[in-house]
Amino acid sequence: MLWYIGRRLIQVIPVFLGATLLLYALVFLRPGDPVAALGGERGLPEAVQAQIREQFHLNEPFIMQYFYFLKGVVTFDMGNDFTGQPVAETIANALPVTFQLAMMAIVIEAVLGIAFGLWAGMRKGKLFDSVVLVWSLLLISVPTFVTGLLLQIIVGVQLDWLPVTAGRDPNFYSLLLPSIVLAATSFAYVLRLTRTSVFENITADFVRTARAKGLSRALVTRRHVLRNSLIPVVTFIGVDLGNLMTGSIVTEGIFNINGVGGTLFEAIQRGENTTVVALSTVLVIVYIGANLLVDLLYAVLDPRIRYA
Amino acid sequence: MSTTVSLNDAVEQEPERWESQDASTPLLEIKDLHIGFTTGQGVVQAVRGVDLNVYPGQSVAIVGESGSGKSTTAHAIIDLLPGTGKVTGGSIKFGGRELVGLGRRQTEDLRGREIGLVPQDPMSNLNPVWRVGTQIDEALVANGFQGDRAARKARVVELLGEAGLPDAEVRARQYPHEFSGGMRQRALIAIGLASRPKLLIADEPTSALDVTVQKKILDHLEGLTKELGTAVLFITHDLGLAAERAEHLVVMYKGKVVESGPARQILQDPQHEYTRRLVASAPSLASRRIQSAHERGKQTDEQLAAHADETAKAAPDVVVAKDLTKVFRLRGARPGTHTDFTAVDNISFTLPKGRTIALVGESGSGKSTAANMVLGLLEPTSGVVTINDQDMATMSGKQSFAMRRRVQPVFQNPYGSLDPMFSVFSSIEEPLRLHRVGDRKSREVRVRELLDMVSLPQATMRRFPNELSGGQRQRIAIARALALKPEVLVLDEAVSALDVLVQAQILTLLNDLQAELGLSYLFITHDLAVVRQIADLVAVMKDGSIVEHATTDEVFDNPQQEYTRDLLAAIPGASLEIGG
Repeated sequence: MLWYIGRRLIQVIPVFLGATLLLYALVFLRPGDPVAALGGERGLPEAVQAQIREQFHLNEPFIMQYFYFLKGVVTFDMGNDFTGQPVAETIANALPVTFQLAMMAIVIEAVLGIAFGLWAGMRKGKLFDSVVLVWSLLLISVPTFVTGLLLQIIVGVQLDWLPVTAGRDPNFYSLLLPSIVLAATSFAYVLRLTRTSVFENITADFVRTARAKGLSRALVTRRHVLRNSLIPVVTFIGVDLGNLMTGSIVTEGIFNINGVGGTLFEAIQRGENTTVVALSTVLVIVYIGANLLVDLLYAVLDPRIRYA
Repeated sequence: MSTTVSLNDAVEQEPERWESQDASTPLLEIKDLHIGFTTGQGVVQAVRGVDLNVYPGQSVAIVGESGSGKSTTAHAIIDLLPGTGKVTGGSIKFGGRELVGLGRRQTEDLRGREIGLVPQDPMSNLNPVWRVGTQIDEALVANGFQGDRAARKARVVELLGEAGLPDAEVRARQYPHEFSGGMRQRALIAIGLASRPKLLIADEPTSALDVTVQKKILDHLEGLTKELGTAVLFITHDLGLAAERAEHLVVMYKGKVVESGPARQILQDPQHEYTRRLVASAPSLASRRIQSAHERGKQTDEQLAAHADETAKAAPDVVVAKDLTKVFRLRGARPGTHTDFTAVDNISFTLPKGRTIALVGESGSGKSTAANMVLGLLEPTSGVVTINDQDMATMSGKQSFAMRRRVQPVFQNPYGSLDPMFSVFSSIEEPLRLHRVGDRKSREVRVRELLDMVSLPQATMRRFPNELSGGQRQRIAIARALALKPEVLVLDEAVSALDVLVQAQILTLLNDLQAELGLSYLFITHDLAVVRQIADLVAVMKDGSIVEHATTDEVFDNPQQEYTRDLLAAIPGASLEIGG
């Protein structure tokens, strides 16, 4: 098990380097000279431009610039944006909200998705199963901005149960509606995945053996059906955690949340390369972390992987 | 504790045991049982009026082919019918208590505690995510074992040891994937007997295992149940095995009991037509090579005129394997490390034209690896395979493509080797198309011809594999292999997945085709009983090497190696004598 964890951790390094290098290269290749653009129509004096180039290492070769960037990443010094605000601060402002939102969405989709999926899988072909299937298909096919706006109008405005927008300092209560919207599509996927997996396992030979042993129905379901069905579901949820953490521009936009998605979108529009690269790097780390978590959970759930 | 009980002993004891048991009431009493499965077309009756008694401590075997309803009957006893299966009539009494219509709680109490189950396939019947010990522990907890965690742990180790697993304490902490098939079956036996049930249902408990392992496990199971006084209900398709292991046989056919009685009586004096066919074609009981084809061959083919051992030498060798070795490099536990695994270790054999050589061995003996090298699907690490004096290693791409026309495979699993999306016609036509033989019209003629050859109606052409039985599918696989008029067929466990009667039919077909077309067969099998029916020459493989290589008669009548003798002794029913 230790060896397995070690191997996975070592694998993280080349993935991180590769992903950031690619990211950095893409931004580097972007046409236009950021320094020349700084002075507007007239341009900055040559000497000032040279000084800025010197300060930001822009006259050095690409690979050196990349190393300076890596150094910045490990020392948490992401530099400043054009207005002089440290990029680290921008990220620190955006990340917690998105994190809270993502966690709430994950909990909603996992708990409800697995519960409904298990229920439907054990009653495949019955009425409940069919109803759930149709609904999940509906959730998957309707775009987020439709469910988002719809829920906002119904739950937020007409019924007035939950706040319509999250605002500047969102709390659990005001993030509830956005997290439900964010979780909706994934909930449908988790449900369907669990359902299929449960149905496959329920007819497995070892489940029959477990019943033949004299185990009660609840025990058979929990220890032999659900436990085995969770393996593919956990993978999906783990990858989805990465997706949710990168923020949802649409959902954040609808509910007026200053999260990662919105910040990144703005930075790209304004050409704030420093912010874009730094924020993307953070997201790369989050993605890698989520995938690592999945791999480790996998090993916990399936001993065949642990000892492979 | 005597473990090997030959049938004769069992039969000798039988009358008096029967007397004593006749007086007592049966432990299990099945009367006029009907079981139906609901399908789109209504209810299909799988079991139609089965009567069956099992007395305390008695061993009874239900024998029949797949689809005869034998497993369905057994599963109905503990209410574990698959899918839409339902008892539609009759009664099942256990210890005087009616089981049909019993509530869920009572059924759960019954399972494990009163009636244990040893299921068929050891590979799929243990949950891969739980330790083996945990899975036995579950059974103890569920059935009200008195004792704390430590006591249960000790009991688990005891049960595993009792089932014949060495190092039981270590084994209990391992996961199923760390066990071999035989070890898993022992674990399943431990589970089945964990709560000391009065009746143990053993559903084809060893059909997935090698014969030698099968014998050990059945011996052990027999000793254990005798000692504990457990009644055993065997489910099997193998008449030889049934007769050897059970006192009383029940023969099922198409959902009905066609015959039942003491094992020996059924073997020696079968009354029903179906039983007679079963006795006649049981491979474990057959004593000679199928002769009919050769008799005919004598008249039609000069080459086969004198089918005797000396002519085997006179016939030219089609396939010559010389000093074949295959080493696989296995990835080690850490990166950079690896171990070499020698799957085939310096073996040589020759296949004369128009003859059959059987490579026999247990799983892992390297026989399939050898076959794949002959087929050109694997490159030998060293050594050469020549087909008609042509070295396969030196062939160009074009030559080896042409060579494939002459050596064709038939694989074990007829359910897996035919593409479900291909019609029978497309499946058989595909090799012709690939090798650009003829136009569409002439290919269709050839497909019809091939279907005739394998005794299938030409109308089969338009059907799809899922509409056909296992035997029919294997016939199609053979037709496909024959499409390009090959000289050599490599039959890799080609009849192992089939029921005995179907198996006998396919073997006869293969024999006929051999005589008709002068084919040479490389026959890969773990089943020595089949070897006797089809092969002229035998090479016994063990751990990658050929330990004995001789004519079939020599190997069976006068085995030279200890290992070969073990294999022969392990054939179920080997010690039985049948009359007629």
